[in-house]
Amino acid sequence: MALAKRIIPCLDVDQGRVVKGVNFVGIRDAGDPVEIARRYNEAGADEVTFLDITASHEERDTTAHTVEKIAREVFIPLTVGGGIRALSDIRAMLNAGADKVSINTAAIHDPDLVREAAARFGSQCIVVAIDVKCVSTQGKAPRYELFTHGGRKPTGIEAVEWAMKMAEYGAGEILLTSMDRDGTRDGFELTVTRAIADAVDIPVIASGGVGTLQHLAEGVTQGGADAVLAASIFHFGEYTVGQAKAFMASQGITMRL
Amino acid sequence: MNHHVAVIDYGMGNLHSVASAMEHVGATKVTVSHKPKEIAAADRVVFPGVGGIRDCMEAIRRLGCDKLLDDVLNRDGKPVLAICVGMQALMTRSEENEGVACLDTVQGDVRYFGDAHCDETGTRLKVPHMGWNTVEPAIDHPLWQGIKPGERFYYVHSYHVVPADQKIVAGTFEYGLTGCAALARENLFATQFHPEKSHRAGLTLLKNFLSWDGTCS
Repeated sequence: MALAKRIIPCLDVDQGRVVKGVNFVGIRDAGDPVEIARRYNEAGADEVTFLDITASHEERDTTAHTVEKIAREVFIPLTVGGGIRALSDIRAMLNAGADKVSINTAAIHDPDLVREAAARFGSQCIVVAIDVKCVSTQGKAPRYELFTHGGRKPTGIEAVEWAMKMAEYGAGEILLTSMDRDGTRDGFELTVTRAIADAVDIPVIASGGVGTLQHLAEGVTQGGADAVLAASIFHFGEYTVGQAKAFMASQGITMRL
Repeated sequence: MNHHVAVIDYGMGNLHSVASAMEHVGATKVTVSHKPKEIAAADRVVFPGVGGIRDCMEAIRRLGCDKLLDDVLNRDGKPVLAICVGMQALMTRSEENEGVACLDTVQGDVRYFGDAHCDETGTRLKVPHMGWNTVEPAIDHPLWQGIKPGERFYYVHSYHVVPADQKIVAGTFEYGLTGCAALARENLFATQFHPEKSHRAGLTLLKNFLSWDGTCS
């Protein structure tokens, strides 16, 4: 009788279609976001995350419209991210029916956006997304740094310190993606997941690298994550959300079955 | 049967979810408004809420929703469902935002989980309490019909309600303490969790609300 760990299928959406790439290149088309979200809702997903990966300002209306359609049919929490730069973007997504908004690059450029957004809309709807890579310099211990632009651009910011700062600024949740693992199917980057989960009091969602059900379980048991996010293993029907939950429960993890 | 639901809108965020969920479970009409006339036309009322309590209370008072809610509950006797911050706003006082006076419709406090919040084994618990946790019904109530003890609902909150009269606690959750998941008094039912985000269990509760006559037996 404890809080359940969550499984969150992620819809990466490009111009109204769900896609999922390998390391953000070589994208395959997996369909209509409304249809997929509805399928996950029925399958017992604990939340759905919708990331607009090519969000430009011109496409904001399309995104908001898709979010509206999803929110009308999906009665589990819905997080929307991608291209969120200002309080007005957050307001627009919440009004369209999102329950949470995920802020990534804009938080790096303007950390006060997180503080203002949390004060305005409440911490419960502010997710800070962190994309990290392991950086090793010879003779020094490897460290995890924030990257932007789909993992191409280093920022020099250390990941654990950043997560702590964002929690202090009012983030309600951290969505942690390993850019080294994303699309590889090698499993979560458990070291940095554990470090951040231990360092902050807010929930941490592990993301990037899921290829098996064992990986999902490890994110919780070894990484200390409160929720696990995955895309392709669910989109292409390799595993159902139900199978994933049953497996995690068999590993002693509290799940909503 | 005809079910016209009004969702009280005081300008604080997303009301589409609860409106859509009400339509999904069979409401014939859903009105989202803070205008007394429009609310009066409905046969039951939802009082939602998200965000910080200070801004919520400020908006509730500025738009006259305090008076509106009092009329609906006490003068008209319509069934009312308060959700999350809507439930917290009904209490006497909240610890959030350095202390905020609330509506005092229900006597009691809204308290912070605490910074080093732990379970009984000393394991640290994250705050906000976010995700799917169980509800143990504490009383028989029409809104619990078809909902099994221990059913999971979606919660997201850092503050929890402690009513002065424990007899009105309708259900509890466990999260380092035994918290008030729902309270019931006469024609009022309030939930800390979000039924509109709690998939089948939540939709069952909303469907029960649609046919509820506003009595506790």
